[in-house]
Amino acid sequence: MSILVYVENTDGKFKKSAFEVVSYAKSIADNIQTDVVAISIGNVAEDELAALGKYGASKVLNVNQEQLASFVNQAYASIIAEALKSTGSKLLVLSNSFSGKGLAPRIAAKLEAGLADGALELPHITDDKLTVKKTAFSNKAFATLELTSDIKVIALSPNAYEIKETGGNATVETFTPNIDQLDFSTVVKEIVRATDKVSLPEADIVVSAGRGLKGPENWGMIEELADVLGAATACSKPVSDAGWRPHSEHVGQTGIVVSPNLYIAIGISGAIQHLAGVSSSKTIVVINKDPEAPFFKVADYGIVGDVFDIVPKLTQALKAYRGI
Amino acid sequence: MKILVCISNVPDTTSKITFTNDNTAFNTAGVQFIINPYDEIALSKAVELAEGGKGTVTVINVGDASTDATIRKALAIGADNAVRIDAAPRDAWFVANQIAAYAKDNAFDLILTGRESIDYNGAQVAAIIGELLQIPSVSIAKKVEVASDMVTVEREIEGGKEVLTAKLPLVIGTAEGVAEPKIPNMRGIMSARSKPLDVVEPFSVELLAHIVNYETPAPRGTVKLVDATEVEKLVSLLHDEAKVI
Repeated sequence: MSILVYVENTDGKFKKSAFEVVSYAKSIADNIQTDVVAISIGNVAEDELAALGKYGASKVLNVNQEQLASFVNQAYASIIAEALKSTGSKLLVLSNSFSGKGLAPRIAAKLEAGLADGALELPHITDDKLTVKKTAFSNKAFATLELTSDIKVIALSPNAYEIKETGGNATVETFTPNIDQLDFSTVVKEIVRATDKVSLPEADIVVSAGRGLKGPENWGMIEELADVLGAATACSKPVSDAGWRPHSEHVGQTGIVVSPNLYIAIGISGAIQHLAGVSSSKTIVVINKDPEAPFFKVADYGIVGDVFDIVPKLTQALKAYRGI
Repeated sequence: MKILVCISNVPDTTSKITFTNDNTAFNTAGVQFIINPYDEIALSKAVELAEGGKGTVTVINVGDASTDATIRKALAIGADNAVRIDAAPRDAWFVANQIAAYAKDNAFDLILTGRESIDYNGAQVAAIIGELLQIPSVSIAKKVEVASDMVTVEREIEGGKEVLTAKLPLVIGTAEGVAEPKIPNMRGIMSARSKPLDVVEPFSVELLAHIVNYETPAPRGTVKLVDATEVEKLVSLLHDEAKVI
């Protein structure tokens, strides 16, 4: 009874989350002595598919049909559910990415499977019971969820599990699903990618700024710092509410929840709602002129001072360190 | 156009989260409950779409009588009528089943939910309703436009956005940007008292999962402060000590 993993790609290249979910599934498979079968939908090159073997997949089911070139929630859900049935897998793992959030509940409902969304750790599996830790209350707490259904679905939080190289090559098989045209009632018209920017939910490093920046005209120094670090940029809610930055950069309880290795908060006081969205970051750096800012209470490193003075100096110091 | 908006009754965003009964139940003592912020955005969008006699807005909540205050606020924001399924909201699967059953009997054109609730963050309800009703669902919508029976939705994707179209009926999980949250005015508050709020009996649903217990994050250590004149030291600490650069 293999574990089935759905791996996402962007324009034919696997996303970081694809390697995370395969690595995660491989660790589960080793614990319960089974193997990992991945399913890829879209136009991905054969060698890219086979390379999933490096992370522990023994087989890759390749669905490459014109109609499925871009993500269609209903159709992808039907195909993955069909693959699950045809492989006899009882456990599906996918990423709790933006697409995964639409896909996982749809597949789970189709199969009457229990779903652990936002899983943070490896599950505990004994007999047919599976428990797993997940986020709750917007990262202000965690819950241990027990899935009691026959088929089970885990949607893994981005950045929650380390990518591990373990194996060799995977065999690639073409999978031809039964396509139901009714599953194509949504039509993708346009995809706009900000290709020069690091994707915020997947970023290893996030540079985030708040009202302390005083206005959108001052974001140049934030972007420069992010560039040096190869980081994604983010902001606090008041900043996106004021229209200084797009909503897609708003990090916090009612925005995007991030868990990078390094989160640098600049001119953000640290309201409880903001902290909820970043508290699972591994290392937090806070730069703020107010020594009483609540953010310092959860930070690992801090600098008290004028952000307009400190940020350019920090960018220079990082450039020197990187030899740029 | 008949619009159904699913609302959830959640702890205020400033709430301190604690648990009782040996960490198996959320401690509601002293907690103020509000409309889930994302659901408020969905509701505001629905009211906007129905303005000028272009449609009706029904709000639906799965909850016991304690959620009536939240439902009345939704009516004050501009919903025409409300339905409460009289049951504790056990999980997304249970809630979505109750809502889908009601929606099936009442033929809504557009069903809106928030992208996720801020208590369990499942982002599941919209997609499960879509599957149960066999209609399309779009999650994390940043923009919604309706022209006749065609809906254009802008959806967030990693590192960009995707624009898609779909015909009604459709379920959409809405995020920030879809509409500005509406603040109820005095007229809305007064009229909300007399708007219909139907209470419907739930049906039983076999649960597929349950929460065993909760925990709160371990406190982080104390901050290490670096002098503003020694910024280079921070770079060394991030490299040598934290090993993140």
